[in-house]
This record gives sequence, C-alpha cells and structure tokens, in this order.
Amino acid sequence: MTTVLTPELTAFWDEPDSFTLAAYKRHGGYRALSAALAMQPDEVVQTMKDSVLRGRGGAGFPTGLKWGFIPKGGDKPHYLVVNADESEPGACKDMPTLLNNPQALIEGMVIACYAIDAHRAFIYVRGEVLHVIRRLHDAVAEAYEAGYLGTDILGSGFDLEVVVHAGAGAYICGEETALLDSLEGYRGQPRLKPPFPAVAGLYACPTVVNNVESIATVPYILGHGAEDFASYGTEKSKGFGIFSLSGHVARPGQYEAPLGITLRTLLDLAGGIRSGHRLKFWTPGGSSTPLFTDEHLDVPLDYESVAAAGSMLGTRSIQLFDETTCVVRVVLRWIKFYEHESCGKCTPCREGSWWVVQLLEQLERGEGSEADLDKLLDICSNITGRAFCALGDSIESPVKSSIRYFKDEYLEHQRHGGCPFDPAASTLFAMESA
Amino acid sequence: MALSQEARARLEPDAALIIGRYPVSRSALLPLLHLMQAEEGYLTEDGIEFCAEQLGLTKAEVTAVASFYTMYKHHPVGDYHVGVCTNSLCGVMGGDAILADLEDHLGIGDDETTPDGKVSLEHLECNAACDYAPVVMVNWEFFDNQTPRSARNLVDGLRSGAEGISPTRGAPRLCTWKQASRILAGFPDDQATEGNTAGEPSLTGLKIAKEQGWTPGDGAAGAGSSGPSGSGRTAGRAAPARPASGNGKTT
Repeated sequence: MTTVLTPELTAFWDEPDSFTLAAYKRHGGYRALSAALAMQPDEVVQTMKDSVLRGRGGAGFPTGLKWGFIPKGGDKPHYLVVNADESEPGACKDMPTLLNNPQALIEGMVIACYAIDAHRAFIYVRGEVLHVIRRLHDAVAEAYEAGYLGTDILGSGFDLEVVVHAGAGAYICGEETALLDSLEGYRGQPRLKPPFPAVAGLYACPTVVNNVESIATVPYILGHGAEDFASYGTEKSKGFGIFSLSGHVARPGQYEAPLGITLRTLLDLAGGIRSGHRLKFWTPGGSSTPLFTDEHLDVPLDYESVAAAGSMLGTRSIQLFDETTCVVRVVLRWIKFYEHESCGKCTPCREGSWWVVQLLEQLERGEGSEADLDKLLDICSNITGRAFCALGDSIESPVKSSIRYFKDEYLEHQRHGGCPFDPAASTLFAMESA
Repeated sequence: MALSQEARARLEPDAALIIGRYPVSRSALLPLLHLMQAEEGYLTEDGIEFCAEQLGLTKAEVTAVASFYTMYKHHPVGDYHVGVCTNSLCGVMGGDAILADLEDHLGIGDDETTPDGKVSLEHLECNAACDYAPVVMVNWEFFDNQTPRSARNLVDGLRSGAEGISPTRGAPRLCTWKQASRILAGFPDDQATEGNTAGEPSLTGLKIAKEQGWTPGDGAAGAGSSGPSGSGRTAGRAAPARPASGNGKTT
C-alpha cells in the first residue's frame, strides 16, 4: 500500500533555492548518475525496461523500450532530444518542474545519453516561458561547472554536450517528428512514420525524444531500482506521476501520486469543486482526451482503466468544469485551437478542423439542428485515422464525447436561440464587482 | 527599419555563437529569428535577409519558416506584449472577460499596439499554467490568477513605465519585448536565480503530503539508497492513511 501522494519530483519545490544544484545535491541529486555510470549502458536500458516507466508526455510509450530501439554501432551519432514543448490545453506540470527542479532533468539526460550512446542532447523548450528558459540555461551552466556535463563526466570517460533550444510558438512541435523538423530549422510539420526517430530522427540519425517528466524520473529509477519504482501504481501502469488539477476546483495545482489514483481521491485532497457548485465534466489527460463526467469519479487514473472507460490518461491534465459551464463553448474553443494549430500538411486535419469550427459556431449561435450533430460526428470520424499525426485525431475526442454526454445541451442552444449559459457565472471572479 | 552596418557588425559574432551550438547550421534559424526580434522588435526584410545570409538560405526559405511560428511578428510590437490566454479553461475562468475588458480599456483589438508603442495585446493559446487560471503573460512572464481589474491595473502600469511591476512567477525586473527576445535567442540575462517560481498551486500536493506525513524526506534523485538495488526503501509507502473519500464534496 503506497501513500496517497508521493512527492518525489516535487519533493522540495517549497525550498527557496530548489532550482539550484546545491539544493538538488542536498536531496541526493547526482548519486544515481554515479551508479548508472558504473553500470554497462545495456544494464541501464534494462533497468528502465524493468521499471515499466511509460512516457509521461501523453502517448505512454514505454521509455526503456524506446531507448532499446536505438541501433548498436553504426557510424552515425545518436541524439537525445527532450520534449519541453508543453502546450496541450490543461498540461501544466513540466513548466513548474523545470522552474523548480531542473537538475533532475539534466541528471536524467546524462543517464539517458550514457545508455543510448549519445554525446549531444537538446532541450526543446517552448518559447513562451521566459523564466523557465533562464532557469534551464542556468541549470545547464551549473552542471557543466560541476563536471556533470562536458568531457569525461565524473571521470567516466563519457562526454555530453547539452543545448537549450527555445521554440517559437507552435503546439504541433510537441509532436515528436514535428519537433525534430523544427529543431532542424524548418516549419514544424510531422513526418511520416516509419522510419521512427530511433532509426532516422534528428539529422536522420538515431534519436530518442522523451518528455521532461519521463527523463526527470530517470534518476529516481536508477537511484532506487526498477523494482522500487514498479511497486508504485497499478499492475500495468507503474510508478508515480504528476496530476495537474485546474479549473473550478477549490485547490488547483500539482499532485504527485501513484498511477491509479481516482479523481474522487484527488478532489477530496483538493477541497472539492469550488464552493456551492458541482462537477459537470472534466478531461483526464488534456483537451485531446475524451471528456468524463461525474459518473467517472472512481475510474482509476491509469492507462488501462481510463481507456476502458472511453478516454485516455494522456498527460494527467485534469481540467474541471462545474455546472455553470457551457460544454459547447468549451468544445468549440478547443477545436478553434486545433484549427489554429493545425500545421496544414494534411487535408483531413487542415480542412476538417475548419468545418468542425463552422458547425460548432452555428450550433452555439442556436442556428444548428440535430442533423448537424450527425454531420459533426461524420466529419470527425473522417479525420480520425486519416490525419498525418495525432493532432487530427484529437479533434474528435471532445466533439464526440460531449455529444455523447451532453447532446441535449447542444439542442438547447437551438431551442433557446443561442447559448443559455451566463459566462459571467463561470468566471473565478464571479463575485468581483468589476 | 533598416539594419545598420553597426548593427550587422555587432550581430554577426552573436550569430556565429548561435550557429556554433549546432552540428548542422540550419538548426540555428529559430534562435537567429529571435535575435532579429531582439534587435528590431519584429522581423523586417533586413532581419530575414541577415538570417538567410548567415545560414546560406534564400529569403524565401527563411520567410517560410518565420511565417509558421506565432511568436515571430511581422509588424512592430509594443515594449510590453500582453498575452491573454483564451483557450477553453482560462477563457471560461475569466480570460474572455479579461481580453474584452483590455480591448475596451486600451482601445485596441487583438494583435494591435497602443499608439504610444507601449503595449501590444494578443490572445494566447494554452501557456502551461492552467492551475493559475486565468493567466496573462507579459513578454512571456507569468502573471497568474488575473481579474479584469488586476489586468487593467497591470496595463496601466506598463504604459506608465512598468515601474515596480514584477511577474507573479518570474524575474523581478520585467524585460522589454526586445530584451526578452534576446533571452529566447539563447543569451540569458542575470536574473535566472531570482524571483519566486513556486506559487501556491505548484506546492498544493506537496503541502498536503507533508501535513499527512506522506513525504519521503528526500528528492527525486533518491537519497536513502546508494545504488540501483535500493529495494529496501519504505519512504513514500509508510502511512496507510487515506483522506476521507466519498463524502459528497465532489458532486
């Protein structure tokens, strides 16, 4: 039986110097690196496989397996690229991690690069977070100065160079192949797979792309052992991760917990939905994951249980909306986001997102009909699976799930001749006499 | 605006430093475009040409990239770029009202700049701070938990010199748009170790865990075990306590 919350990555964020190398070392930092460098690279990969850590960036692909796909030998250099382009609506865990504990990421990067025989690594961080970028540059500089980066790291003979690279505003660059194109200095558009990055990634060389939280968890796993990490969580969803609660909740924020915790437990800790209101709908893993309602409070938040209940764990980005919120407004805004962020490379996503926005706007104005709901579902099902990357598939999630649970609310707009909700009632400053 | 000979001479060593970070020079394009914004505030013909020259690309190739990313501007931007998140969650929590109020207050629309050149206004997509909704960004620094009133006070302060205005989480001395762009190009200022960065939401779970005695007492890197075996660890699983559940608070 594990504890309800398991602050590990977040363990000392409350200390004023938490972001420094000194604080990180005070809390045991860089011991895992010494242990890893004493192992064979293959043993490090095996430890990661045994931990069953699944990628924390949303897709949930096993991290150790990804590392294991990097071909041995060959004359091409290998690369590690950290995906710090956190921009899924609802996702807000990686930015505070980088602000408050960037050394965990850097130690994890050194271990990962040692395991996959990479001597150059990049942190691709979204551009719209100035202080995060300052902190990353500072953390990298501190690590160089202390000999954790550079040549002959800790006397092991292993060399690693790390570059902090700021993006320029494009959600699609969170998709790993779009990120690689962007890092190569092109428009951030996804590539056709295969070949996968492990074979032909950055500069067509073998590349691992991992999320911030995945890599920042590596030191824990190497420090405590795969068995320890795998003892947290559920049978198939091992370990702990950060759950981010936002919206109409009394205490929004970051809750690090074993996978499998329920929203009921999280909400109890978070003081429930804001006073005087009740939960209407929520996303378990960001806007790309189908909506849940108050029927799903007891679904264990692990990969399998969330999928069995019809959604996805994604990035554990729990956005909570109470009964004052119009679901049509929320879904329309998300689809406008996908339309805005569609890279334009493939027709189903580029054109489909535009049409879905037109229909949703019509419905919101009260000018839609029940037939439009069928048309919406039809367009969405023609995008899903036919788009180049997962951005296209994401369009269907909120549309289909909201129609499933709130069909009558769509039709109510038609009966009412517009939106029946008062947007002022949903704001967090509803009581302010603005 | 034209890039002077003096500016070119000053920027060429910076560009060389940026290009030197990458095994393939073209990777330097995004930071070089940020560098051009640091110089001129937005991407001018000259700025595009400078990047093209440094990397051996055509102006068309550079423009094709520059036009893809929303942080690159193609017309002048104010000293303070104010971004209001209006993605679903922030929008519902109050971002829509804040943006409408600021448009009214400043007399400008989305992606426009006040006549004094001080403040630009733009709606933003999710900026990864949902637990601090509604969020406003000024030159990409976090101004958390805004209201229409606080946002109005913020822009008034920015228009009158930005004296004493600091982000909720970020560097205490607010950068101008150009200064911020230079940091994005990979030349950070000296404020990395300053400023509060863990507001209440960042610490909520940790605080509860400490109150409940659920903290292992060390960090992610894992003291308490000197090697990869580490199976005897008990911290993090000692307390069987559970919070009250199913008490109806959630519905």
